[in-house]
Amino acid sequence: MLDRYEVHDHDVLVIGAGGAGLRAAIAAAEAGADVGVVCKSLLGKAHTVMAEGGMAASLANLDAEDSWQVHFADTMRGGQLINSWRMVELFAKEAPDRVFELERWGALFDRTKQGLIMQRAFGAHTYRRLCHVGDRTGLELIRTLQDKSVHSGPKVYMECTLTRLLKDGNRVSGAFGYWRDDGRFVVFRAKAVIIATGGWGRMYKVTSNSWEGTGDGICMAYDAGAELRDTEMVQFHPTGMVWPPGVRGILVTEGVRGEGGILKNSEGERFMLRYDPVKKDLSSRDVVARSINREVLEGRGSEHGGAYLDISDQPAEFIKGKLPSMYEQFLTLADVDITKGPMEVAPTVHYAMGGIHVEPETGASSLPGLYAAGEAAAGLHGANRLGGNSLTDLLVFGKRAGEAAAEFARGGGGPNGIDEAQIDEEKALLLKPFESGGGENPFLLHQELQAVMSDHVGITRDEETLQQGLDKVLALQQRAENLDVQGSRMFNPGWHMARDDIFMLTLAEAVIRAALLRRESRGAHFRTDYPEKDPELGKVNTVAVKIESGAEIKQRPIVPMPPELAALLEAK
Amino acid sequence: MSAEVARRSSVPDNKSMPGRSTWWVQPAAIAIGFTLFVVYSFWSVALSPGHSWRAGPYLSPFYSPRIAAGFWPFSSAFLVAWVPLGFRATCYYYRKAYFRAYFLDPPACAIDEPLTRSNYRGERAFPWVLNNFHRFFMYLALVVLAFLWWDTINAFHYLGALYVGVGSVLMLLNVVLLSGYTFSCHALRHFVGGSIDCYSCIRGGRARKGLWGLVTRINPYHGSWAWASLISVAAVDIYVRFVATGAFGSCFNAHTGC
Amino acid sequence: MADQETFTFQVFRGDSSGGEEQEYQVPATTGMVVLDAMHYIQAHIDGTLAVRWNCKAAKCGSCSAEINGRPRLMCKTRLDDFKDVDVHVHPMRTFPVIKDLVTDVSWNYEVNRKMAPFTHDPAEQSPWVMYQEDVDRLYEPRKCIECFLCQDVCHVLRNHEQKDSYFGPRFMVRYQYLAMHPKDILNRTGAVKNKGGVGLCNITKCCQEVCPEHIHITDNSIIPLKERVADEYFDPVRWLGKKLLGKRDERPAESETGPASS
Repeated sequence: MLDRYEVHDHDVLVIGAGGAGLRAAIAAAEAGADVGVVCKSLLGKAHTVMAEGGMAASLANLDAEDSWQVHFADTMRGGQLINSWRMVELFAKEAPDRVFELERWGALFDRTKQGLIMQRAFGAHTYRRLCHVGDRTGLELIRTLQDKSVHSGPKVYMECTLTRLLKDGNRVSGAFGYWRDDGRFVVFRAKAVIIATGGWGRMYKVTSNSWEGTGDGICMAYDAGAELRDTEMVQFHPTGMVWPPGVRGILVTEGVRGEGGILKNSEGERFMLRYDPVKKDLSSRDVVARSINREVLEGRGSEHGGAYLDISDQPAEFIKGKLPSMYEQFLTLADVDITKGPMEVAPTVHYAMGGIHVEPETGASSLPGLYAAGEAAAGLHGANRLGGNSLTDLLVFGKRAGEAAAEFARGGGGPNGIDEAQIDEEKALLLKPFESGGGENPFLLHQELQAVMSDHVGITRDEETLQQGLDKVLALQQRAENLDVQGSRMFNPGWHMARDDIFMLTLAEAVIRAALLRRESRGAHFRTDYPEKDPELGKVNTVAVKIESGAEIKQRPIVPMPPELAALLEAK
Repeated sequence: MSAEVARRSSVPDNKSMPGRSTWWVQPAAIAIGFTLFVVYSFWSVALSPGHSWRAGPYLSPFYSPRIAAGFWPFSSAFLVAWVPLGFRATCYYYRKAYFRAYFLDPPACAIDEPLTRSNYRGERAFPWVLNNFHRFFMYLALVVLAFLWWDTINAFHYLGALYVGVGSVLMLLNVVLLSGYTFSCHALRHFVGGSIDCYSCIRGGRARKGLWGLVTRINPYHGSWAWASLISVAAVDIYVRFVATGAFGSCFNAHTGC
Repeated sequence: MADQETFTFQVFRGDSSGGEEQEYQVPATTGMVVLDAMHYIQAHIDGTLAVRWNCKAAKCGSCSAEINGRPRLMCKTRLDDFKDVDVHVHPMRTFPVIKDLVTDVSWNYEVNRKMAPFTHDPAEQSPWVMYQEDVDRLYEPRKCIECFLCQDVCHVLRNHEQKDSYFGPRFMVRYQYLAMHPKDILNRTGAVKNKGGVGLCNITKCCQEVCPEHIHITDNSIIPLKERVADEYFDPVRWLGKKLLGKRDERPAESETGPASS
């Protein structure tokens, strides 16, 4: 019988096998826990591979003045001070060790003449700080962690989708889902669960995210009652591909600008000089993205509605050596030789700064037994993430969450039974589209949601468009009752999409409601009706909790920074 | 395999795909090219009588270095020919070419083999395991190459003066191509530096890395060097043969000629 | 730019019990790749078409298939290559079909498990000093995105079914990285020969032809490994020289038979 399910038992269950998930799994296993890792794709395919530019750590290999203190200040300023300062502190201090550790596990970086790890300049980092290998640092990270984890103990369950966290009382005790290949149901019982499932970029039309970025893990935690934080903060990466249509949104690494690429408008003007005369093309991502957006709106956009990014002044061999995959990507997909002419780029949804609210030291969520790390967790990046901070984030907080979850599991944490009623409820939700006959095509519904989010919750927002967007999302939520899929449960993308639609629609509501409540402009969140920063709102985080009627949004005061950290921000 | 085919039996195989119906052209062309060379060279050194391998200052590459051995009843070319023959037979480029063209193992990429042997042992079994001795043929080929350079220098020297003829230029071209082929050899690349894991850790490491880099730069064209030099060897032999038979008259004068 | 209105696709539909090609008409758009067409089919014609994909930018290696008889990534195969012909899209043949274009590639992950991981001298402290000249060669094998197209096209695996004896090109690429890494302390040669089965490769170079990352798999990974095997197993001169000079390889060796060990 297909409707029966198999059960797997682990001390620690890690959901997601990107950088954060694998690092957490390795840490938990090294702490002695029996670890299971569940991922939706094959191992090593996670969205982490799309991180290109590098990982930020103040090794000071090129600029001796760099230190964790400067990295701390850069990250706090980039996040417009609504970051968790404690997370940023831990992050800036531990980043170098995590990079060295990766190297000891076999990762390979570009080298300096002195034989040290090479570092490149990146947006809003004061010093050259990004350890990198060409423009495929994410691949290097994921492959290293993958090969390390293979021999570290975690059991990996590939191509398995989990759709619901199971709870015993208030405590998270496992998760339920299905195997993608044949649709069989499966239960993982665990003493602690780590969500490392990345972000929710797929709810937007133009995004650098792969199909996996549906926010499913965040939404599972939210469904289970965990608090989300700063969900209005969605990062638009300034440079995504624009043309041809099929590649729209695919990431163009910030490394292009780090290695000397210049943004120009249709009049050939280097417009970033106007918007940020100091940091210019390497200003923070929110600023560059808005600048490109403005150039397009004011009629100075490129042929297909973006800006020109030109690195062809650099020698061809240099470009091919430093940006090999960008060279290849533009040549094969867009017929553009970037050593000879400019690329066309436009902002693309890239990263969710918001996510599951976690404790800085442990990654513990507001639910006992539930942890989060990586993009799924919130706090480190505040209102805007600096390029290069995400890869190091995965390592620093992946390790911390893994260790804390193992510790929690060792303590037992009280009863962790499996409640059949919760499983039956989720089964019914999963199977409903086969029986509904409602006629809603899950792919087309998804496209509608993407259009709504892009049109109403984009780079610039205002009360009216947000409110209209909310109404549309609520209407789509209603229509999702009628999602309809054909065929069997055997590797059925339509069926997979149907559940993802519900995840994204649920989160979209939290994103919009939070955006409505933050009546100011800060970082990635720019309100044309409130174009300035409100100092009072700079002292609060947005918190979203799921209630019967939808998303409930609150504002929670930020604990003031200790004076020694505050002093770091005063210094230039 | 058979189960695999049965499972997808209603799906056309790759040979019938658009753009793939000419899969056989490349292996067939290579097979014809090699066969022609082998047949010609065997005829040239073994079956054609006389001393046509030398004409004026020219010397056929098949006969270099010349070994005059009274005990040897056959063509003296055989005393040397096994070196270049062995070098090429164990060469990483030729292995690709002949496994595809003669043994259809595989005939072309993603094109199924006519016979699928489950006892396939690749280069683990005799005779192909001998391919592992490629390096020794390479060492000897370097010696032969030195002689060929000597012959070529001599071909520019006749009757006590500098001499330039079509044949000397051909011989020069040939020895350049043979050098390109020999110095782009994978085994040579390994020998000069490929076997080292840490260049900065050993004395002379930087020089070894440099040599490795030089070989690596021409190595991607090893197959092209192989073909070009194969053709040039035959061309020089044919040319010398023609000159020696007097087809161009008696053309050797001081300084220039045929 | 698109000078034809629609493309005709012949897509393999089926599972482990069998299947056949099914025809779909897909409207053409500028710069379209095969994966775009598969997504169009999913959204507008048949939502059950199973395709594996992730990044859509040739960085993750998920969407491997055989397109008009050539192993390729669907996200990187432009339809401009197929003017006026049907486009046949089949799953990789070397691996068992799960459904439609999705194959069971788990064997590759089992192989990886059999290889000893990167192993450095535990006494050496960070930060490491490694010069560019020592690691230059290693960037190429690290570009591998594990699309397994090389494994698919390798006739040793594809036609001779030698998955028990040969790890395949992808893992020769990995062995190259491990063997040449200046900080990896294991001697990998015996493992490459006896466990990895490098001798089964007969240098026919199809892996190199299909690699979407343009890794020179045969020239730069397999052949250097074969030369290292020749050093240790087929070179009496070298053997004698080492005996006479009293040189010995002090490195610990990766296990030549069983699963990974160091």
